[in-house]
Amino acid sequence: MTDASKSCACAAPTSAPGGGFWKSGGWLLAALPAWIGLYVVLHPAGDWLAFRVLGLAPGSRLGEAVAFFAYDAPKVLMLLGAVVLGVSFVQTFISPERTRDLLAKRTGAWSNLLASLLGIATPFCSCSAVPLFIGFVRVGVPLGATFSFLVSAPMVNEVALFLLFGLFGWRIALLYTVTGVAVAFVAGWILGKLRMERHLEPWILEIPFEASKASDATLGFPARLDLALQATKDIVGKVWLYVLMGIAVGAFLHGYVPAELMARVMGKSAWWSVPLAVLIGVPLYSNAAGIIPIVQVLLAKGAALGTALAFMMAVTGLSLPETVILRKVLKPRLLAVFLGVVTAGIVLVGFLFNTLL
Amino acid sequence: MKIEILGSGCAKCKLLAERAEEAAKELGVDFTLVKVTEYPDIVARGVMSTPGLVVDGAVKSQGHVPTVAAIRDLLR
Repeated sequence: MTDASKSCACAAPTSAPGGGFWKSGGWLLAALPAWIGLYVVLHPAGDWLAFRVLGLAPGSRLGEAVAFFAYDAPKVLMLLGAVVLGVSFVQTFISPERTRDLLAKRTGAWSNLLASLLGIATPFCSCSAVPLFIGFVRVGVPLGATFSFLVSAPMVNEVALFLLFGLFGWRIALLYTVTGVAVAFVAGWILGKLRMERHLEPWILEIPFEASKASDATLGFPARLDLALQATKDIVGKVWLYVLMGIAVGAFLHGYVPAELMARVMGKSAWWSVPLAVLIGVPLYSNAAGIIPIVQVLLAKGAALGTALAFMMAVTGLSLPETVILRKVLKPRLLAVFLGVVTAGIVLVGFLFNTLL
Repeated sequence: MKIEILGSGCAKCKLLAERAEEAAKELGVDFTLVKVTEYPDIVARGVMSTPGLVVDGAVKSQGHVPTVAAIRDLLR
């Protein structure tokens, strides 16, 4: 074992499969047209299954719900698979350590902006929020920038971005990304200005600490593809059930809940719908992939765009499990301020959209 | 050989522990496998993203779960 591989934090397989691009990645060229072909025929195939094979009447509640599920489930799963593969590949170039080192040198509002932007692409799992938080703070990343990253990373990730793009088009994807980054930026900036360093649990500043090193290993294409395929298998294997449940809820709403009801409860005219949607969404825990099918149906049924996006931000950005985890490093007051500032930011975004659009 | 699995107990950490054990058995080495679940201990080993794999005190991987074959190479 050489020194290079010892410091290689995101260790890649040390013996990469050889053969370069054509040998290890050539199958991608065949898989891509097949993927596109399948994607194109999904909609007619779903209708065919529901109305011809199962003999349900078009326009009936059950028929519409089944057709929606038969078409939407494979569509979202196919999008998810392709997106996660692409993203995982890109993420073999990025690590939390590198992000941390980039942020350690910054101060002021720039640090918040940079942290919010880096949060989009940096791989992040909320189960490692505590070691990550300590790692950031201990190498001198400003507290406000650390919060910006913590908000942006789960909320505005590339999986959400590409799924929104695939299902709703670039305008909504862009809108969600820009406002998500804005919420993370402003919330982190305010938290930084409040100078709440003394409300950190003291142990995180006292314990022995060693800064893990970013990987400098230059991996070949085959090794990166291998890592990406592995990550895709892991991620899709973990979330497919939640995605299907999300679509099943969506299909039920699609077939059984009248559009007027949704428009009345979540439409523009009901001003209280934004705070209500956010308050319902905050404790819930789901990743972007699980929540998007539900958002899709809410929108189709007449929910206002701002309300639906605010709901999605609340579900992905904050959650009860993450709050419990963060309590280990934040004293109650700082934790409450953190939750309050982020929640308020999301509500504002919802109102803003409902007013402007 | 001392193999440490760093992580607070999420699904990924369990998977990593299973794969590390399998890889070590395939290699036929003497090993003890320890799960490090307390945050101060994880941070002290210089790991920021869990799950982490530490072999005889050296961080071998963090933030993802390598394949059994990859872990085998890391243990060698």
